[in-house]
Amino acid sequence: MNTLSRSFLTVIIIFLYFPILYLAYYSFNTGGSMTSFEGFTLDYYKSVIENKALMTVIMNTIAVALISSGFATIIGLFGAIFLYLIRQKYVKSTLLTLNNVLIVSPDVIIGASLLILFSIFGIKLGSTSVILAHIAFSVPIVVLMILPSLYQQNSNLVLAAHDLGASAFHVVTKVLIPNIKPGIFAGFLMALTYSLDDFAVTFFVTGNGFSTLSVEIYAMARRGITLEINAISTVIFVVVLTISFIYYFVSDKKIKRGKTT
Amino acid sequence: MKRVLALPYLLWMVVFVILPVFLMIYYSFNDMSGNLTLQNYAEFLSSNYIKMTLNSFWYAFLITVITLIVSYPLALVISRLKHKTFWLLIIIIPTWINILLKTYAFIGILGINGILNSVLEKFGLMKIQLLFSDFAFITVAVYIFIPFMVLPIFNSINGINKNLIWASYDLGASKWEALTKVIIPLSLEGVKSGIQITFIPALSLFMLSRLVAGNKVVTLGTAIEQQFLTNENWGMGSTVGVFLILFMVFVMLVTRTKKESI
Repeated sequence: MNTLSRSFLTVIIIFLYFPILYLAYYSFNTGGSMTSFEGFTLDYYKSVIENKALMTVIMNTIAVALISSGFATIIGLFGAIFLYLIRQKYVKSTLLTLNNVLIVSPDVIIGASLLILFSIFGIKLGSTSVILAHIAFSVPIVVLMILPSLYQQNSNLVLAAHDLGASAFHVVTKVLIPNIKPGIFAGFLMALTYSLDDFAVTFFVTGNGFSTLSVEIYAMARRGITLEINAISTVIFVVVLTISFIYYFVSDKKIKRGKTT
Repeated sequence: MKRVLALPYLLWMVVFVILPVFLMIYYSFNDMSGNLTLQNYAEFLSSNYIKMTLNSFWYAFLITVITLIVSYPLALVISRLKHKTFWLLIIIIPTWINILLKTYAFIGILGINGILNSVLEKFGLMKIQLLFSDFAFITVAVYIFIPFMVLPIFNSINGINKNLIWASYDLGASKWEALTKVIIPLSLEGVKSGIQITFIPALSLFMLSRLVAGNKVVTLGTAIEQQFLTNENWGMGSTVGVFLILFMVFVMLVTRTKKESI
């Protein structure tokens, strides 16, 4: 590890974190702008909490993420087990390709084509259309997260269960699903991440009256700078940072413990 | 059992994957009052749209190349660290901050009274309008894509059998030779997926061009958004969309990784 690579790593990390810390720094600025820091205040945090419209938007975002990830995990779990059970190679690879279409498609294409779809089926733009759209793009991600854990598990367990007289239903509910719980959880978390982070698809299918945090920030940013956005961003950053460090140290400890025993 | 499992999944596939693509193709042959026409295609092939498409490709190309130049060495450096998963996590954490928030931060940083300009001023240089330029567009796009590019490259470098690298040293390869003749060729799959993850979205970024490029950079994504949501000309928007899908398929075929073809 020479100095050149160490300084390169440092520069990139500063580049990646600078904008986030920059927002956080000015979220405490009494000056009301992101240009000169005049004094310390927590006013913007207070006004975020007191801003009822904004709190509704935050609640919407969380609700959409939880509901859509829940449905997507169920559909994706079924899909992954179905793909796992298919024997014909050609059918499997075709279905997998179709599965991946929405993962590689640009957001604008997903948004625009779903907008057409909803208008044809007469689904009113609003919470329903946003949740349906989020389920749509989360399912393939869940499938891809669950498939590897299905292949990693010992397939003899499934055969043994069959031999011992378990019905197909019991093989799935008593053997397969308990074995791949971590994969299912990872799929749900990934769907949650995609849903919380989505802007473009939601922007197309949200209509008037319903909005998620991304769409709201877009509207606020187009109007100009308000430090309330900085305050929200700082809160999100602290939450994300805490969760990821807890996750890292918990999983790190597990690995180390596994090594010693 | 298989049928019960298959039903919701296949239903999702038909309604949300297959049907939307066909609807988009069908709409691309429609004019604003719903009559069948080829006019949208004629318009797309006119000079304006071709120019915009080339422009969009050029920016996507620049963004991908710069992101790759930064990300490859970064992935290499991280793969040699002691706590590599920790440093990888540090690189990935910013992706969990909403993309809009990061873009918004750059509005403050690059603005005429922003921090970058005050640094320039201290060095006795003139203030320049950095925001609302193609420079801003590329910087923010590269910023957003770096972690996504690092991840697949890191995975493929990390997966290289270390014995191969040691063998090349034993056979007299210099550090540089080991890098160019062993490590880079063996990590090409990761580079390919990184390019896929960057190039296709870079063709269609629309909110970036609205927020930080001041509409100076028009991408295919901007055109689609404008046709659908501002002009309400879904036919023309779908036509641009059909071309974007074709370009996407082309990029996917060019950068197809070996794993997928098996």
